[in-house]
This record gives sequence, C-alpha cells and structure tokens, in this order.
Amino acid sequence: MEGRAWKFGDNINTDIIIPYKYKARTIDPKSLANHCMEGIDPKFSKKVRKGDFIVAGKNFGCGSSREQAPVAIKACGISAVIAESFARIFYRNAINIGLPVIAHKDFPKIINEGDTIEVDLKKGVIKNLTKKKIIRVEKQPKFLEKMLQAGGLVEYYKKFRKFPW
Amino acid sequence: MQYVSTANKDFLDEVIADRSLTFAEKVLSIKRCDEIGKIASTDEIIVAKVDLAMAHDGTAPLAIKVLKELGIKKVWDNDKIILHIDHTYPASSEQIADFHSIMRKFAIEQRCRIQEGNICHQYMLEHFVVPGMLIVGADSHTTTQGSLGTFATGVGSTEIAAIFASGKIWLKVPESIKIIFDGKLPRGVFAKDLILYIMSKISCEGANYKAIEFTGNIVKDFSISSRATLCNMSVEAGAKAGIVEMDEITEKYLISMGRKAMLRIHSGKEAEYVEIIKENVENMEPYVALPHNVDNVKAVGDVEGQPIDQAFLGSCTNGRFEDLEIAAKILNGKKVKDGVRLIITPASKLVYKTALKSGVIETLLKAGATITSSTCGACVGTHCGVLGSGEICISCSNRNFIGRMGSPKSKVYLASPATVAASAIKGVITDPRKYLG
Repeated sequence: MEGRAWKFGDNINTDIIIPYKYKARTIDPKSLANHCMEGIDPKFSKKVRKGDFIVAGKNFGCGSSREQAPVAIKACGISAVIAESFARIFYRNAINIGLPVIAHKDFPKIINEGDTIEVDLKKGVIKNLTKKKIIRVEKQPKFLEKMLQAGGLVEYYKKFRKFPW
Repeated sequence: MQYVSTANKDFLDEVIADRSLTFAEKVLSIKRCDEIGKIASTDEIIVAKVDLAMAHDGTAPLAIKVLKELGIKKVWDNDKIILHIDHTYPASSEQIADFHSIMRKFAIEQRCRIQEGNICHQYMLEHFVVPGMLIVGADSHTTTQGSLGTFATGVGSTEIAAIFASGKIWLKVPESIKIIFDGKLPRGVFAKDLILYIMSKISCEGANYKAIEFTGNIVKDFSISSRATLCNMSVEAGAKAGIVEMDEITEKYLISMGRKAMLRIHSGKEAEYVEIIKENVENMEPYVALPHNVDNVKAVGDVEGQPIDQAFLGSCTNGRFEDLEIAAKILNGKKVKDGVRLIITPASKLVYKTALKSGVIETLLKAGATITSSTCGACVGTHCGVLGSGEICISCSNRNFIGRMGSPKSKVYLASPATVAASAIKGVITDPRKYLG
C-alpha cells in the first residue's frame, strides 16, 4: 500500500471522526464517509484520495464504541491508520471491519502531512518514502492477522464458515 | 439471571480462594472456554463465554445487518441477549423510527429481550446484572455494569454480532490498576468529582486496555449509583473494565431488586497491580472538566462565573435517583435562571417513578426544569437538549468532545449533579457547596 499521509494530533475521538447525528441516521458507509473527521476538518472527505493514510498521535479513536468511526475512515478510501497508540474499542472495531491499524510510538512523529508512506503488512514494514525512513512494526496475533487479510470478520466468516478465535 | 462458569466446582473454588489473582484474572479464568480449567493470566489472549450481551439503537441495527450477512439464522441464547432502544427514544426522525422497527422485528424473530425507554446500563443494573458475570455490550459505557462486581466491557457492532451468534469473545487479560479512595468525603463532593479528579491525574488514556478496581472506605460506603458513576467513567481513561467488588451493599441492592445469584469474587491480597493510586479525599473539591477533553479538569472555583445556556442532568453517568434527589435538594424553593434551560433526563422509568413518588420531580418542575423521557438524547446530541452554535452547557454526562451534544461550535463542561443544579440557579458555573447546608 502506498499513499499520502494526513496528519492529526492526540486523542482524536469518535465524535470528531463521525458525530452521532450522522451515525443515528444511516449505516451506509458512503454516506458516513462524507462526514468523516468533520469535527476537526470539514473538508477532509473531499481532499482524501483512495490509498491515503491517517497518521495520528496518542489514543486515536477514544470515546464511543461506534463502529461507524472506522467504517467512515475506510469508506473514505483510507488504507490504514498509523498512530502512536489506539483506544481499545476502536482498535478492535478497525480489525473487525478490515481497516489496518498500526501502532508505533515513534513513527508518527517523523511523518509530516503530505509525506508518501508505504506499508507492507505481511513483512511488518512501514516506510516514509519522502523522508526515506523505514521501521518494523510488531505483528499482531495470528488470528487477528488472518482476519485482516480476509478483509475483516464478516469476510473471514464467509470464507471459513467459522469465527477466527 | 445466573452467571456461568465453564470449569468444575473445584477449579471455581480454587480460583476464588487464590491470593495472587486480580479480579479480572479470576472472572476470566472461570469464563474461559479455550483452555477450561487453566488460569487466565495477565496479557494472555483467551476466548471466554459471555453471560450477557447487549446492543442499543446506535449499534444494534448494524449488528443485525452483520448477522444477516453472515447468514446466522438463530442467535446463541435468546434469553441472554438484550436489545435496548434508548439512544434516541422516542424516535426523533423517520430514519431513527426505521432503525427501531428493525430492532423490534429482529427481537420478535429471535425471541430475544428488548426494552424501550430506559438507558441501557441503568436497565441492566436494575434487571439483569449479578456479581461474577462477564458482560459485553455494544456501547463503550458498558463498564458501568462493573459496579455490581462484574467484568463488563464494550465492543462495536460487528463484534457484538459475532457474540450474538456464538456467545463467545476473545479478550486479552488486562493488567489492573487499583484506585483507593480513603478519608472523609467533604460536603458537596460526590463520586463524579472523584472520577473527574482521577481523570486529571491519569489522563484520558491512562488506563487504556487496563481494568480499574475501585476500593477504599469511601467506595465501600458508596451506593450502587455512586459506584456506577465511577465505573461508567472508567472508559474515559480508556479502561477495558471498571470494577467495584461485591459486598453487603451490592447484596442489599440485588435483593431489593428481586435478585439473589451472587458469585463472591475478590481480588487476591497479593495480586499484582500495574499501578496503585491511593487518594485521601479530605481536600477534594467539586471539579469541572473543561471543553473539549474529559481530563481537562479544574476545581469549580477556577471556572466559577462562566455563563451557561443549558444545564443537563441525566445520562448513564448521573441520571439516577440520588442524582435527581441532590439536584432537588439544591433547587428546592429556587428558580432556574431566566434564559437558562435545565433539562433533566431520568436514567430509567424506575428512576422516574421513584422521583415522582418522592416529590423530587415536583420540586424540579417547580424550579423550572424540563423533564424528558429516559434517553441518551442530550448526551449524544440527537434530541432532548441539542446545543446550537456558540451555546454552552454544564452537563453531568460523560463526554465533552467537540460537537458531542450538537454544534461543533458549542461547548460542554462536565460536573456533578450538584454543580449542574447550582449552576442552573445562577446561570453561571457555580460551586454547589453554597447551596448545601
């Protein structure tokens, strides 16, 4: 995966990612995508291109259990979120819907807005092509990796007719 | 309702008596189904059987869609699945009414439990939760239910769909933090102030992935309502679960609600904690979380005089009878300031009924409050108290994120019900101690 980085700070919460008023109205990913990150950058969904990355600080996705948050991010075309750390429900939700989430405590600090990033999840390597920096990331437990590779929980279940744990 | 243990009685007794295990390790040891009869140690990933699973109108419609996509014809146990219509109740739009219809239809098809017009966590405490359970809800504030000595945690829609189908969840056994509140609680200081204080101390990611156990003489004296407030806001620090172990107060509460089953789980005396925070509450004050982060906390004196447009008392954090009661005590014979709206949302129909019978509702109405149905509406910005551009609200709910209660240009200050009530009288953020004799 290769794309541009969109940079955000610490504690990007679920109300910023997708306010409840939209979530209450629809479960359609495309409609949710139109309002993604509206709390902090109302034009985000218009600017983002397929394959881009969200890069953020600590505690990304804190707050609500709303799965519509990673759904909106994925439906925008974002291929992965790279953050210093994630809030736990967001992290689970992202994997369940097949949105790669990569936690690294230092890497987001050396990514600027607009940098080109390359991610190879199989090798566990992310590169900042603009700054020519490479890091290795910790691999997830096998069953989570398998679930991500299948495209999320639903796709995994459809393929194997069982849950991955 | 009964809790389940996957292992035999000998193992159960062994786990309960173990001196080295935390509460989380004990509950998860007796619920695990991947390696039955093996202790669930911190950091281990296990698969466990769930006692109760729930979702609400913000998360269930998507979960139902997922179940259909998976081709699941029948849920795991219709008796242990509870659907709540609470986030926008009664419906405020056609779209929401349609979501509610989907839930009702699903509940009929699957013959699973459904309730309407009570905030989910409060209804769970009133009707289903018993100590020793593992509860999973498609709502982050499911941690509230830890106040009855359970391990209760939140997930999203796809995951709750998988639990509705299988009755199982994978979990990493969390590290635990112990928070001890000791001393004598000063007048005008409540559970909400204690948890806001803790938020300022450990930050909004200070307990990420961890379980928080609350104890100390203050917590042991606290009602289930106050304990629920602590557990509820544990998730604001990122916690996987907030826990108050069961005791005589828990037992009395359950018996008063017509329930008896109890599994007496207590952390071992030599259990290991990643952090132990000991606080003497003697010098604590009423606190306020300033916009737009829950850990942006100051003493009420530092923000006193801040004008407000709305005061909100309700939500799964502080919409219980004792919260309404303290507000009524402060508002008795007083009037809400002209131009300010005081919105009160009882957390459940039972809370409403109790407040009505006791005269609390009448006192609040006389003071000029508006009482709504039991819903999450104002707290999540869908109805019954949405904020317009530039408006400021003091709220006893759990989040003050940008746009949480409506316009992204509004601001939310979080405080205890007493501070909310006192502020409603003055029309500015006010120290409630002035109104408490």
